[in-house]
Amino acid sequence: MTMKASTRQVNGVTIVDLSGRITLGEGSVILRDTVRDLLGKGQKKILLNLGDVSYIDSSGIGELVSAYTTVRNQGGDLRLLNLTKKVHDLLQITKLYTVFDVKDDETTAVRAFAS
Amino acid sequence: MESTLDSVNRAEELANKVAGESGFDEDERHRIALAVREATVNAVYHGNHYDPKKKITVGFESSGVGLTVTIRDQGTGMVPEELPDPLAPENLLRGSGRGIFLIRAFMDEVRFRTLDPGTEITLVKRRGSAEHKEA
Repeated sequence: MTMKASTRQVNGVTIVDLSGRITLGEGSVILRDTVRDLLGKGQKKILLNLGDVSYIDSSGIGELVSAYTTVRNQGGDLRLLNLTKKVHDLLQITKLYTVFDVKDDETTAVRAFAS
Repeated sequence: MESTLDSVNRAEELANKVAGESGFDEDERHRIALAVREATVNAVYHGNHYDPKKKITVGFESSGVGLTVTIRDQGTGMVPEELPDPLAPENLLRGSGRGIFLIRAFMDEVRFRTLDPGTEITLVKRRGSAEHKEA
């Protein structure tokens, strides 16, 4: 299953609903291009909804990290929402769970950008 | 197999199938398939540099002990001991360098062998080892 990304706005936060696989190749490129486009439009509060991401490999993890550092370097913030167990486990193993701000509830996650 | 991303996807699918046929549960199948994916990406990308003249081979052997997967490339070789630790604070935010780490985290045994030319990586998953690895 290839990856899909769609964006919506909630209280000044851009929520990116991702689904499918974030792996080397198409999935990673779609994520990179989506974040780049948002930054280009000045949308720097980004919440990645990973609830429908079924699979992620080391390239996908790298792409998440790159997106995080790129957004932060431009004065924005990137957070994660709704991790599946597989993605959660991968972020824990790689010690990235402590780097990302991760929420399970969209309203709470959106509100966190204001704090 | 060709040095392409299609081969990577095919190797991952095969790993999932063989692991299932070998009696591993869904979580273990995912870990084995991911480890095989990462090793095949290394072979195709870092080893053969997508060179159409260079091939990779992927072999599976299921036994009473567990599952052994062997992946070979025809690249210039690698020294796994020289890879930076992705968990080190200075490397935590790097955009790459986690493939071998994940392979080691998900498999029970990982061996590298230098070929002429290329590299062979052997991944071993023993039956009933999940609880031991997570302990």
